Amino acid sequence: MAVAGVLLKRSVSVVPVLAVVALIAFLLLRFSSGDPVAQLAGDNADPAAIVAIRARLGLDQPLPMQFLHWLWRLLQGDLGTSIVSNQPVSTLIAQRIGPTLSVSITTIVFSVLVGVPIGVFAAWRRGGWLDRFAMWTSVTGFAVPTFAIGYFWIYLLSMQLGLFPVQGYAPLSAGLGVLLWHLALPTLTLSLVYVALIARVARTSLLEVLNEDFVRTARAKGLPERIVVFKHALRNAAVPIVSIVGIGVALLIGGVVVTESVFNLPGLGRLTIDSVLARDYPVIQGIIMVFGGAYVAINLLVDISYTFFDPRISAQ
Amino acid sequence: MSGAVLKVAGLTVELTHDADGRRIVRDIDVTVPRGQIVCVVGESGSGKSVTAFSVMGLLPQGLKPVAGSIKLLGEELIGATSDRMRELRGSRIGMIFQEPMTALNPVMTVREQLAELIEWHSEKRHPKAEVDKRVLAALEDMLLPNAAQMMHAYPHQLSGGQRQRVMIAMAMLLEPILLIADEPTTALDVTTQKQILVLIKDLVKRKNIGVLFITHDFGVVADIADQVVVMQKGVVVESGSADAVLKNPAQPYTRLLIESVPKGIRKSAEMRESSPAVLEVKALKMTYGHRGFFGRGRVTLAVKEAAFTLGRGEILGVVGESGSGKSTLARCVSRLMKPTGGQISLLGTDIARASNETLRPHRRYIQVVFQDPYRSLNPRLSVGQSLIEGVVNFGATPEAARARVATLLELVGMDTQILDRFPHEFSGGQRQRICIARALASEPQILIADEAVSALDVTVQAQVLKLFADLRSRLGLAMLFITHDLRVAGELCDRIMVMKSGEIVESGPTADIFGNPQHPYTQALFSAAPGRERFQ
Repeated sequence: MAVAGVLLKRSVSVVPVLAVVALIAFLLLRFSSGDPVAQLAGDNADPAAIVAIRARLGLDQPLPMQFLHWLWRLLQGDLGTSIVSNQPVSTLIAQRIGPTLSVSITTIVFSVLVGVPIGVFAAWRRGGWLDRFAMWTSVTGFAVPTFAIGYFWIYLLSMQLGLFPVQGYAPLSAGLGVLLWHLALPTLTLSLVYVALIARVARTSLLEVLNEDFVRTARAKGLPERIVVFKHALRNAAVPIVSIVGIGVALLIGGVVVTESVFNLPGLGRLTIDSVLARDYPVIQGIIMVFGGAYVAINLLVDISYTFFDPRISAQ
Repeated sequence: MSGAVLKVAGLTVELTHDADGRRIVRDIDVTVPRGQIVCVVGESGSGKSVTAFSVMGLLPQGLKPVAGSIKLLGEELIGATSDRMRELRGSRIGMIFQEPMTALNPVMTVREQLAELIEWHSEKRHPKAEVDKRVLAALEDMLLPNAAQMMHAYPHQLSGGQRQRVMIAMAMLLEPILLIADEPTTALDVTTQKQILVLIKDLVKRKNIGVLFITHDFGVVADIADQVVVMQKGVVVESGSADAVLKNPAQPYTRLLIESVPKGIRKSAEMRESSPAVLEVKALKMTYGHRGFFGRGRVTLAVKEAAFTLGRGEILGVVGESGSGKSTLARCVSRLMKPTGGQISLLGTDIARASNETLRPHRRYIQVVFQDPYRSLNPRLSVGQSLIEGVVNFGATPEAARARVATLLELVGMDTQILDRFPHEFSGGQRQRICIARALASEPQILIADEAVSALDVTVQAQVLKLFADLRSRLGLAMLFITHDLRVAGELCDRIMVMKSGEIVESGPTADIFGNPQHPYTQALFSAAPGRERFQ
């Protein structure tokens, strides 16, 4: 129905956004210090070899030409070839996207499943012990950096209690249970800040809704309190919560890089760091485009979900 | 007494966290017999809503009944368990509220909101077809057109009157014996109000229920009440049959309330013939929305071809229901909005399409007072700051501004000592006086009052209307008085324009409009005015 049309219309509208992302990604790298050719050729390379490598990689051409060339291949779905490993960028990303994707999904799912109920109960029993505890914990969640939380969990849950592996990753092919077992610590680490964020927003949003007239109506109808809160109030409080989840996913991308290092996960975060150190332009650009695309797609989903949660927001 | 559905006796409600144990209502007695409508009348703060919510067991946190009894068909409700109260709410006691837009859940369909009552008030599960049938029957019982389609609509897709009918259908779905109505028609247009009042009266007759009807409007009381209870500052000051109370009010406060109901008759014809025009509006047009790139967007014509002249010292009333375009007209004339077309000649300058830059020097001549005095004063600015801001803005020195502000406060009947106090320390009527003082600060020639007395209690309303009349004669101020209430317009205005769907359907001197309304719509407005038989 109408949703498909909206999806198509909005998808077209993200093209210019992605084009700008591409331009910025390209320029940022060209204007940062370091030269991939010099690194590739080694310390004792003679000037002629450097010129040859530069020409082979197409880096001797003027910047606009390089950009258009890259863009043209991008439009055909070709992310280019790694300068360092000579493998297609798409292959490199495909190899590494699994851990990143799975840890992102478990983190968001866990954060929503824990954060929303905490926020709801905190609002419902406003000023009670759970409210105060939740809000105090959420301040901690914001204040402590991700890597510190990571080492704390490793110390407590792996080294002391022996519940989860210290680090490493198992692919989905090893079984969902094994995958989740390996992802438990990274998920707990990354989640804390999102649980805090989502709980706070859910609490504020619900507190506002609980003062609305229709909540009074629901009570006047003799509905049980849990129905008043979860059915009448929570759905009305959903839009801000969904927005913050969307923003959370975007922020998550940054957090994943650090967490993957702490837990030694072979994901995109590590690939990013390695490529940056080697000035592997095509790979970095490719990763930025994938992250950018994911971010735009999530925003689109969030926007469309508004119309589901609130019929007054028309799908424009 | 076997005939009483509800018997409230000696009810006293206190603030629990107040050291003095402040009593919100004291020793209230109200009895609602079967088949009758009992109106509880009072101004804001009189405790009428607290009384209603005590019966529902839904007092806000911090309020607690400390004495008295509330009996529903003989069953004591004070001290009843919260589970028992929950059972009674919705099934034995139905309730409807003032604002049907916000009282319905915006994200649930009408069907969902009615069906859950059936679901949560019985042990067994009901098949969907049976629930649908009962919901449909309840909606049809409220004379809703296309009830079958309306079941699947969301509240925002319905009109105000339809929403209130849905609310009543919901309250009546499980056939309660007591209906509590908290100002159910206050937010509705006068013609819709009439229909809802007729509907409630009819329900009482058909279903033999008791109704506790909370209102501030003696016009409404005159139309529907069998019994009247008058409340002031938390106590019952007078009660009795509607006829007795309306004809022979025993208490001075009741008399004051009844007298304050606007009668719509001009007391003194202060008509100024051929005063020079300060404002001339020609062919004013305002549309909302865009046609869009492909011309498929929706465009609403809010004001079509409005034309009128306002003379110095003249008060022109603009009367219409919601959606008639009267507020849009006011906003265009005050240039808070840029009209789509037409001319607005303010003291000889056309400001209709002027840019903000060229408009600035002219703004001081036209000022606006808004409906809600609670929201139109910045809560973080003291009264003095709010008032001085405008004066300084138009070039006065701070010392001169302070002197000017003192004069203004005297003009609107406020003490000049209040400058350092904040808006929340004042009552609604006082705040509206402050707003008026603020509007007068730039020495305007024209004052636009956009529903400026609609949110005020009736006795306060009468005082503010008197202030407007007074300001007009003292300052020669011209006024555009926007209101939904013909009776209020009649009290104050020299001439009246009646608007409907963006068009001025009738205009003329107040006496003519009241004496001999020509347009069928104007006639309909008159016949819908509450308490018409008794007060006119």
